Amino acid sequence: MLASILQNIINALQWGSFYALIALGYTLVYGVLTLINFAHGDVFMVGAYIAFFVATFFLSTLGLPGWLVLALTIPATMILTSLVGVTLERVAYRPLRRKGANRLYVVITALMCGLILEHANLAILGASRKAFPPLIKETVYTVGGVSFTNLKIGVIVTAVLVFLFLQWVVTKTRVGMAMRAISYDKFAVPLMGIPMDNIIVATFVLGSGFAGLAGLLFAMSYPVLEPYMGALIGWKAFIAAVVGGIGDIRGAFLGGFLLGAVEIMVVAFFPSTFRDLIAFTVLLVILTLKPTGLFGVAKTTKI
Amino acid sequence: MTMLRRYSVHILLILAGGLITWLAYEEMVSLYVLSVLMFMGINVILSASLNLVNGYMGEFSCGHAGFMCVGAYVSSLLGVWLFAKDKVFGPPVLDPDLAIYAFPVVILAGGIAAALAGLLVAIPSYKTRGDYLAIITIAANYIIISTIENIGAIGGSRGFMGMKRVLNAMEDVVYLPWMVIWVFAFTVFTIWLLRRYVSSTFGKGVSAICQDEVAAEIMSVNTNKIKTISFMVSSGLAGVAGGLFAFVVGYVNPGSFNILKSTEALVMVYLGGMGSLSGSVLSAILFTLLLEALRPLQIIKWIVIPLLLIVLMQFRPEGILGNKELGDVFPWLKRFYRFK
Repeated sequence: MLASILQNIINALQWGSFYALIALGYTLVYGVLTLINFAHGDVFMVGAYIAFFVATFFLSTLGLPGWLVLALTIPATMILTSLVGVTLERVAYRPLRRKGANRLYVVITALMCGLILEHANLAILGASRKAFPPLIKETVYTVGGVSFTNLKIGVIVTAVLVFLFLQWVVTKTRVGMAMRAISYDKFAVPLMGIPMDNIIVATFVLGSGFAGLAGLLFAMSYPVLEPYMGALIGWKAFIAAVVGGIGDIRGAFLGGFLLGAVEIMVVAFFPSTFRDLIAFTVLLVILTLKPTGLFGVAKTTKI
Repeated sequence: MTMLRRYSVHILLILAGGLITWLAYEEMVSLYVLSVLMFMGINVILSASLNLVNGYMGEFSCGHAGFMCVGAYVSSLLGVWLFAKDKVFGPPVLDPDLAIYAFPVVILAGGIAAALAGLLVAIPSYKTRGDYLAIITIAANYIIISTIENIGAIGGSRGFMGMKRVLNAMEDVVYLPWMVIWVFAFTVFTIWLLRRYVSSTFGKGVSAICQDEVAAEIMSVNTNKIKTISFMVSSGLAGVAGGLFAFVVGYVNPGSFNILKSTEALVMVYLGGMGSLSGSVLSAILFTLLLEALRPLQIIKWIVIPLLLIVLMQFRPEGILGNKELGDVFPWLKRFYRFK
């Protein structure tokens, strides 16, 4: 009994780590720009594909050993994925921001960018699923009836490290201070001589880079890639960010793990087809009761 | 002459409806053209009803297909249960000859069910605003689809069919292209209803919410009531569109009402322009034609359409007719109809 509970907790932590990693990207961009980057789930998908191509390139053409490939793939994936995120920002969002367009239009643009990424992938690579090559040897440890693999532990540890890193960036560094300043007052910040565009690009680099990392880890844990894999997990991660109170890093992190726990528990006790239903219902109830999420602060409007 | 001017729109509509019906009856146009025309009508209903929430009320609802799904399922289940022999429900409950009278009731019942599902969005909207409300609408869309997928008795994710038998029952009584007639009638009904709604005194409250919700509240506009009714009207009409869609296609499955379908509705609204009924009608017609023209491109279609919208957002964010009606652009049209 205790063993199965512990087993479920470990599974929930691993599943929640993916949500947390992606939700951090949502929350960073939202915090700075108050823009829901609906394309973020698809950036995660692109990250997984980039990881696939980079890893197969290193494995087949250079013939390197698995651990070295992993060590090379992590930074390469993160850099390439953040390039994708920055390109989106440069091509689609920045011109709209320059024009001072209504936020709604930017959101629609983001939604459309996500669709383009999905279907461009489908059109270029075809509908066949890709199998991610095994990079490290998975070893199963069993302690008192609870089994876990080194990969699971790696995923959870990575999520925690990323959270701590982002927390440090946002609270302690100059870039983080500028980010918080922009989210506080967008109009005063350029007057203070803060290069707003650079800070926004930095935000996208951080968010997309960690989405790429999540894509790599996801591809290693569930080694089947398909173009629509980003859509649903992106929505869910977004739910996680919202439940935690979007714009707050602690909120996104906790929300991710909360959602992971809810889903794993649903699958453990109900038929697995109920997973989405219950996850979205939880979101609806939380937002109805607490419209700005768990850590969110309600904004007051002055007339 | 003034009489003729005053009723010109009515006469034109009757003529157009009669012409399409006659063409369909004599089989002078192919079934393909006919189905494109019917999808046009359905899309007009969809985009005009979504425009009420997104354009006139200024809320960002992006789960419109969910309500369409409710309408499609309720009206097709009701139609098949009442008037057709089916594996799930057995023999028809009522005489199939009655289908001819009850069909609009069946469609409206789907609309009412969808309006009740609209409460799923309307009640959270009292407190929640902006982006958070957008997420709630997406969640509502997913919840509806996922609920229907989990009801195995009505086919689950495999879908549900049998609506063609109801149509055949109607055609057995009087041989007419019934679907064409009903799609046309409901399209006109939707536009009429929405026009009356947004130009009424009550409808002024809808635009007040769009301008500034807090200020509207202070000016003693009952925002909660207006939001509830607007969301219910909008989702109810989407349900009507869904019911018609189900009967035109003759098959429904929850997967066809996913977020992609909602995106289609959004594209139509933003292409036509927010807060413009005639814009919505125009863009729905254009968009349906575009979808058909791009059909040979298959998957590339879904790259071209989002790209089109992105370009539109960059260069003309207000759409074809943003916050204007056709009568404002061509003032001579105002001699024939009055919008406000």
